[in-house]
Amino acid sequence: MKLQKATMCGLYAVLELAAHPDLQISAGEIAEKYDISLNHLAKVLRSLVRARLIESVRGAGGGYRFCANPKRVTLLDVIELFEDVVPNPQQTASSDHWESRTLHKVLADLDDIAVSTLRSVSIMTLLKVMEKERRSVERASARGGAHPAPVEGD
Amino acid sequence: MSSAKKAVKGDPARDVKIRPASAEDIPSIVELDEVATGHAKPEYWLQLFEHFSREHVERHAFLVATIDDRVVGFITGEIRPFEFGAEVCGWVFALNVDPQMRVHNVGTRLFDEICKIFARAGVAKVRTLIERDNHLVMAFFRSQGMMVGRFIGMEKDID
Repeated sequence: MKLQKATMCGLYAVLELAAHPDLQISAGEIAEKYDISLNHLAKVLRSLVRARLIESVRGAGGGYRFCANPKRVTLLDVIELFEDVVPNPQQTASSDHWESRTLHKVLADLDDIAVSTLRSVSIMTLLKVMEKERRSVERASARGGAHPAPVEGD
Repeated sequence: MSSAKKAVKGDPARDVKIRPASAEDIPSIVELDEVATGHAKPEYWLQLFEHFSREHVERHAFLVATIDDRVVGFITGEIRPFEFGAEVCGWVFALNVDPQMRVHNVGTRLFDEICKIFARAGVAKVRTLIERDNHLVMAFFRSQGMMVGRFIGMEKDID
């Protein structure tokens, strides 16, 4: 599955802000860290504010802050703000050819698995996985060994 | 946040006890399962309990979580050698928590405990199967660090 650029920006922003819930982080800081255009990020942040996942804090030291429940917000919740990933059952049913219908069933299987996966991963879970990976790399570095292979993900 | 900060007075998670299931727990287990699945399966749970208590007890785990001596959750699993051509691993095949007690770490405590049992038996991996549409349970296992494994469940309707 390949996600659109806006979706990736949205995910980066949500993860960055959710990882530091007590901080207000500026759009500029997020854009710089993830090497994304500030203009593009500004649009993405507006969508996230409208969805009440983040809020804008004005004034000196202002920026954005994560304001949702990271245990409840899933990857799918964020992705769906920017693109449509839930398969359309009409696509399979409306086809005229058996070949096409059968192929679409196989493709729908893949879509279902992808959507189930995205729906089951909360922001909190993802932050925990990231932290675990980070510690694992740090432990390996401290031992002076090679970096471990990335955990086989999904 | 530290666990000390999390634990507040009256938090049910503080009073959760995990212990091996006994025959007297079966009616509560049946009830919890019925709430979750909509089907009462008293014979199934009794037979499973008896089987686990009698044979290869070192490979089987059937635990309950209690609060004030009331069963609020249970977990079952077993160590299966070379199942599906895989290495020896621990399988969790039932986990259930009273809906009133969810989000109080009951499921986490049960899962942690069964993982400890598996680890003590020398097992390094735990697996389970989850229905694709069961978002609640899938999210729970994800939150415990479980990822999609190397095996894919397959099925067909037999004509």
